[in-house]
Amino acid sequence: MSFMKRLKMIFSAKANKALDRAEDPRETLDYSYERQLEMLQKVRRGVADVATSRKRLELQQAQLQGQSDKLENQSRQALAAGREDLAREALTRRSGVQQQQQDLAAQHAALQAEEEKLTLASQRLQAKVDAFRTRKETIKATYTAAEAQTKIGEAFSGISEEMGDVGLAIQRAEDKTQSMQARAGAIDELLASGALDDPTGTAKDDITVELERMSSQSDVELELARLKGEIGGGKAPDAIEASPAAGAPAEATPAEPAKTEGDRP
Amino acid sequence: MIVRILGGEGQLRVDDTHGELLNGLDSGLERAVEAGDEAGFRSALADLLAQVRTLGEPLADDELVESDALLPSDDATLEEVRAMLTDTAEGLIPG
Repeated sequence: MSFMKRLKMIFSAKANKALDRAEDPRETLDYSYERQLEMLQKVRRGVADVATSRKRLELQQAQLQGQSDKLENQSRQALAAGREDLAREALTRRSGVQQQQQDLAAQHAALQAEEEKLTLASQRLQAKVDAFRTRKETIKATYTAAEAQTKIGEAFSGISEEMGDVGLAIQRAEDKTQSMQARAGAIDELLASGALDDPTGTAKDDITVELERMSSQSDVELELARLKGEIGGGKAPDAIEASPAAGAPAEATPAEPAKTEGDRP
Repeated sequence: MIVRILGGEGQLRVDDTHGELLNGLDSGLERAVEAGDEAGFRSALADLLAQVRTLGEPLADDELVESDALLPSDDATLEEVRAMLTDTAEGLIPG
């Protein structure tokens, strides 16, 4: 097992270098313990950072889902109004949103795994630091400085390896969450700029505007028909006058697709 | 023998009777790293990790024991492992 052992030797040499200090070996124990507590803090912050990133992703996932549902509704409305072109546009955008959703789902799974791993590592480090403290107190109470040397060596090598590894794991997690934060920021910008539309529905996208225009147009026609009925036929029922009027938006339809497509590059 | 798997996974105690099996896998991994063979490295590392996890018993959290051997985590790249072997300066241990 020469290779695995070589890796171990190199790793330990570096880990020990980071810990070696102090004249009296018993002082080194205290110094090392301080470092361990610092590392524990660092690990806990790392876990919290990963959790924050995960929650942000979850928020974005919900926003994208809302966007996807909205586009699906729009495509239904457009089709019901006989506007296949508009429905196609809505579905095309929806497939773009779904692509983003898939990316986020993969990132979310990776973050969750990272969070679980770090949580376990943090618990383990806590247990080892506690064990180290107990052993440290025993050594200080029981042995002279000279005697303590070997005992301390044993206690150190176990903990320094753990510290080195956990330190590395935290560093990697930080790198990962940083690159994810950058991507999450890009999605936030997309959502805010309206390219993916505003999930709160406060800003109107062009499909909504078009659907509303069509709907208000047909409302106007209905209202016109009703008024005509009142004036012309006294109490003539809506239904009779409404049928020619309902034809009006249909007449306008052929011109619409050309106009909409022309608007879009 | 005690093996640590990097990436915060912790240590496992593997019975010495499995030495021969692990030795074979270990040599495979070493060859792949030295040859810069990415695919070979991936599969050798995956095999070795799988065997260690299957054969080994995780150590109790409060055990303070030095490992005899060390393995990179699943997602370690060939480059990272090579850097670990050659880079004697700091960088491995933060802070």
